[in-house]
Amino acid sequence: MNWPILSVVTFLPLLGALFICFVRGNDNLAKGTARWVAMWTTLVTFAISLVLVWRFDASSAEFQFVEKYPWLGISNYHMGVDGISLPFVILTTGLMPICILASWTSIQKRVKEYMIAFLVLETLMIGTFAALDLVLFYLFFEGGLIPMFLIIGVWGGPRRVYASFKFFLYTLLGSVLMLLAIMAMYWQAQTTDIPTLLRFGFPLELQKWAWLAFFASFAVKMPMWPVHTWLPDAHVEAPTAGSVILAAILLKMGGYGFLRFSLPMFPSASHDFAPLIFTLSVVAIIYTSLVALMQEDVKKLIAYSSVAHMGFVTMGIFAATTQGVAGGIFQMISHGIVSGALFLAVGVVYDRMHTREIAAYGGLVNRMPLYAFVFMVFTLANVGLPGTSGFVGEFLTLIGTFKNNIAVASIATFGVILSAAYALWLYRKMMFGNLKPSLEGIKDIGWREAVIFAPLVILTILFGVAPGPVLDMSAASVAQLLDNYQHAIAAAKTAALIVQ
Amino acid sequence: MNQLTQFQGLLPMLPEAVLGFGALLMLMAGVFVQQSARSAGIVNGFCVGVLALAGLAIVLMPAGRTSLFEGSFVVDDYARFLKLLALAGSTGTLMLSLNWLTVEKQQKFEYGVLFLLSTLGMFMLISAADLIALYLGLELMSLPLYVVAASNRDNVKSTEAGLKYFVLGALSSGMLLYGASLIYGFTGTISFTGIAKATQAGAGLGLIFGLVFLFVGFCFKISAVPFHMWTPDVYEGAPTPVTAFFAAAPKVAGIAIFVRATVVAFPGITHEWQQIVVFVSIASMVLGAFAAIGQRNIKRLMAYSSIGHMGFALVGLAAGTPEGVQGVLVYMSIYVAMTLGTFAVILSMRRDGVFVENIGDLAGLARTHPTMAFFLAMLLFSLAGIPPLAGFFAKFYVFLAAIKAGLYTLAVIGVLASVVGAYYYLNIVKMMYFDEPVKGFERMPGLLRLVLGVSGLVVMLFFAYPAPILDAATVAAKSLF
Repeated sequence: MNWPILSVVTFLPLLGALFICFVRGNDNLAKGTARWVAMWTTLVTFAISLVLVWRFDASSAEFQFVEKYPWLGISNYHMGVDGISLPFVILTTGLMPICILASWTSIQKRVKEYMIAFLVLETLMIGTFAALDLVLFYLFFEGGLIPMFLIIGVWGGPRRVYASFKFFLYTLLGSVLMLLAIMAMYWQAQTTDIPTLLRFGFPLELQKWAWLAFFASFAVKMPMWPVHTWLPDAHVEAPTAGSVILAAILLKMGGYGFLRFSLPMFPSASHDFAPLIFTLSVVAIIYTSLVALMQEDVKKLIAYSSVAHMGFVTMGIFAATTQGVAGGIFQMISHGIVSGALFLAVGVVYDRMHTREIAAYGGLVNRMPLYAFVFMVFTLANVGLPGTSGFVGEFLTLIGTFKNNIAVASIATFGVILSAAYALWLYRKMMFGNLKPSLEGIKDIGWREAVIFAPLVILTILFGVAPGPVLDMSAASVAQLLDNYQHAIAAAKTAALIVQ
Repeated sequence: MNQLTQFQGLLPMLPEAVLGFGALLMLMAGVFVQQSARSAGIVNGFCVGVLALAGLAIVLMPAGRTSLFEGSFVVDDYARFLKLLALAGSTGTLMLSLNWLTVEKQQKFEYGVLFLLSTLGMFMLISAADLIALYLGLELMSLPLYVVAASNRDNVKSTEAGLKYFVLGALSSGMLLYGASLIYGFTGTISFTGIAKATQAGAGLGLIFGLVFLFVGFCFKISAVPFHMWTPDVYEGAPTPVTAFFAAAPKVAGIAIFVRATVVAFPGITHEWQQIVVFVSIASMVLGAFAAIGQRNIKRLMAYSSIGHMGFALVGLAAGTPEGVQGVLVYMSIYVAMTLGTFAVILSMRRDGVFVENIGDLAGLARTHPTMAFFLAMLLFSLAGIPPLAGFFAKFYVFLAAIKAGLYTLAVIGVLASVVGAYYYLNIVKMMYFDEPVKGFERMPGLLRLVLGVSGLVVMLFFAYPAPILDAATVAAKSLF
């Protein structure tokens, strides 16, 4: 059977969006249809993406499910996944139905447009991870700005205009420089085909500049300190599902970019700039954790904690050891699940009380025991307690870095303590203590919400106890990536010696 | 028999002949049939048909390069591509005009005839291969423009726009002529190929002087900084469909001759003119991006936007390579589509019988006219250069050429300017989608829907099937080198 499965997974949501465009009828009927079409589209997309997992050969480091058609002349429509990108594709397709379900009742105005924006966004996100051509990648990567801009701006909170503009312009500013680097790479290599470029070996001068240009883009997207300031704003103002997508998937594009482009294509530059990355990562881990301690808004606190957790990812990736890179990937997947779930959990109480102020909550465990349990699982995973998925990622990145740079790893470990401080403080404030009078009538999570959280809770614990599936899937690709990296570094060193 | 072969030799001029005879025929018809708005409307409608016929003549012409009149008039792939593009701009804007002329009670048959004559001028300009033909084409294109700018003659702003455009246009024509005469004086020839031979080994100061004056004339026509001052006032004052015409068609012809004259006549002194083009390009991109931010009137905003876009198109010329010219051609094609679509919306901003022009009038358009808002939003994102819309590819190809030519500073400033420019386009999207609706507009007329629909689809689906425009642009660019 040789059907273009990857293109189907990528463009099926777009088809669903088109279908919703043509839904007519009275308001309520159109709302209902839009919701159900979006639900089924995302579910079917998820189901098909599982076929990818099933037929994926984890022992091979090569790109699989490859499709290639002529497109722009200078670049082709080239799609494919390997062990590094497949986990992200599945994360995306898996979270989308949950996001649609989470928006089921909380979004009441302009439902049709909302669902269209999400489905278009899903296509662009999957495409970003599956593209094997630089121009195609850029197309998907940047295209995602349009639906996300509208999601924050139309369905967001009171300061949504500011947040959406900040999000859009920050990200665009980072990315345009990457575009120029892509062009320079094209003229050097005469192709924008990613598998070819992975083995190309760019001259050192170009590597340096291109690395910086890609860094500008991915550092903003990730986001790394000090260009992270758009994230708390965007998170706070975005609707719940928008925050989930932002935290769980859009941020991962930065890390994915570092893994897919910076490390293998510019190995020498990555090696030379690693101290810069380590410094920024450590600052992010410590500083943003401290900032998180001071927050009064739940979403903002989680947003800052995301920046801190992404610090572990960049640190692990640029440590360029097997554990570091594998840990980085695992941390991203785990953070996708955990932070997404935390934002969903915040959405639950926000839907009931319409405030995100931490001080407005207290003693929730008395009225919402089930909710308190769910929140606890994700809080502990966020802290990185052994037995949850958060532990595996942080632990691996720390070991990976320790092999390379003891000082950085040691300082970063303090971040784990700080994360425990703010996460447990948040949990105590919201769940324990005396029940606030305004919360008397609050209801525990219902069936719909239970369905949302159940898979996330299971996955968080499952990946914590048995991280094998994710690590095995990416092992071969990571090994090959690092093998090529070490060779390139060694070759560059020899070349430098010869010159001397 | 002898005469017949002579006519056959003129066959490559068929599109120009169609336009010229068509314009005269329409003039006669307009003068001799009953003088009423209705019959004037019909004549203007027929003018659309004449433009379409000219387009057919271009398409049916055999490929290859021919030159007429001792080499002063060239028909090659480059000319064919740009003529079709200019024609698309003229036809589109004339279609957009018809409804406006009727509801504003401005229906005059001269309007369509002047469009035809101006388009004829553009054709001459695009095919011009020596300095005299260049000047003739330029003037034939510009004179009708001055008149249509002032065509709403009871309106102070419109007459002011016409006068301003005329005076400044005359000044720039004078400079261009001065430059042309200097170039003739120092090379002894007016033909582009002759000039190229004379400047093979470099050029003296006098010739460079002439080149600069020639460029002043070009920059004025395409409204590139620092010769852009007329643009916002004329765009705002002229009747809106005329503004659309200014933005779409003459820009194409202006860029066409700018590129042809520079690339064909001065390949020997690339280094000299490249500096000028780089400066003009950077200045236009930056000024267009920053000055548009403060605008409240959408026509003025489009004026600054077009200044910026000309800057981006010139990035391709600055590279001075076949890739660069291809980039310019792709840029102009997509620019014409985006401009037509945007003006289709601007021309349907009519509320309670009055046309409104403020950006604030678009507030909440997504609720009152969802389809129109969606198309305009896509056009605006495309103007900002966000993928996967066509505007991204336009910028992509010019910058690709600039990077190859090693113009890194130009490229970096250019992309940064595009980020600044994105702000004001986003601001309009914000008005339409985030703000509370004001009263809706009147129903959009059918022809405007057609233009908006076609240009919107071109902009949205370009990425899916870019081959036709890309291939044609490649072939066209090759014919210059």
